[in-house]
Amino acid sequence: MLEAVIWLLAYQLAGELAVRCFGWPLPGAVVGMVLLLLTLLARRSVPEGLQRSVPAMLGHLSLLFIPAGVGVLAWWPQLLDAGWRLVLVLLLATLLPLLGTAYLLRALLARKEGAR
Amino acid sequence: MDAFIAACLAVSRGPLFGLFLTLVAYRAALWLNQRCHGHPLSNPVLVGCVLVGAVLLAGGIRVDSYMEGGRLLLLLLGPATVALAVPLYHQFAKLRRSAGALALALLAGSLLGITSSVVLGRLFGLPETMVLSLVPRSVTTPIAMGVAEAIGGEPTLAAAFVIVSGILGAVLVRPLFTRLGLMDERVLGFATGVAAHGIGTARVFQISQGAGAFAALAMGLNGLMTALLAPLLLGWLGRLWH
Repeated sequence: MLEAVIWLLAYQLAGELAVRCFGWPLPGAVVGMVLLLLTLLARRSVPEGLQRSVPAMLGHLSLLFIPAGVGVLAWWPQLLDAGWRLVLVLLLATLLPLLGTAYLLRALLARKEGAR
Repeated sequence: MDAFIAACLAVSRGPLFGLFLTLVAYRAALWLNQRCHGHPLSNPVLVGCVLVGAVLLAGGIRVDSYMEGGRLLLLLLGPATVALAVPLYHQFAKLRRSAGALALALLAGSLLGITSSVVLGRLFGLPETMVLSLVPRSVTTPIAMGVAEAIGGEPTLAAAFVIVSGILGAVLVRPLFTRLGLMDERVLGFATGVAAHGIGTARVFQISQGAGAFAALAMGLNGLMTALLAPLLLGWLGRLWH
């Protein structure tokens, strides 16, 4: 556990550093994820400490989104004001990319696998 | 009695309270999710938020005091995002085999996400700040807040939309994809990551590790894509509209 936390924080810090140095419009954590992936690919294995703790941590990923969700309460009056129109926009604008990506990807994968 | 109420108030303003409340709400949400055999509406993020919100409203506790503790958990989103590199690594061979198809699907999904928010938001006459805060809706919270700020939206409102979209995606994905026959783990994972970021990713990890890896990849890439495309597209859409 301790080792995993050290690895993860180190890579996030490296990501934060890179983002600030190069002025990228990205969160440091995403860059940290890419850096860790590159490291794992280079060493061709996952360190024992990470391998043991990470699946359990990711299993509880949902927990971390609850505070952000509660933050919705702070906007309640504005959201109520927009009412059903907002609900409809959110629903459609979530479904369109979800289904659009899914159908396109399925078609592309099927074509590729058919060609083989 | 007054001293007791004063003590309760003091404790409710400290960081321990928000942390404890969130953990208990999450535990209860997991229990409910199991009792309902993973029914989509018993999604742990959704139920957890509703429970915490109910306690705050019932106790007359301000969201700010809750956030003293909530912030600690939000902080952990960073290392958790980095940890996604591990499942990505394990699925890397599978991901690389479909790299071309994934890149095209990503581009299409990202464009659809941005344009549908703007076009639908304006079509339904939502206020402009709200429309601009809707744009980064399908990417992970920290990127969305940055993008919203850059294009003239409201970062915290954008974060609220991100969460609602993520919950919608997480709730809908399984019933929808089963019915439409789209249960291939690559398609399921990738589309969810593009449209419903971390909350969707957390959901598909429960379905399979493979789908989770595709979702994590899509989430990361769509974050980059949206950060790059949103300002450009808004410029073009703005010119078309006026």
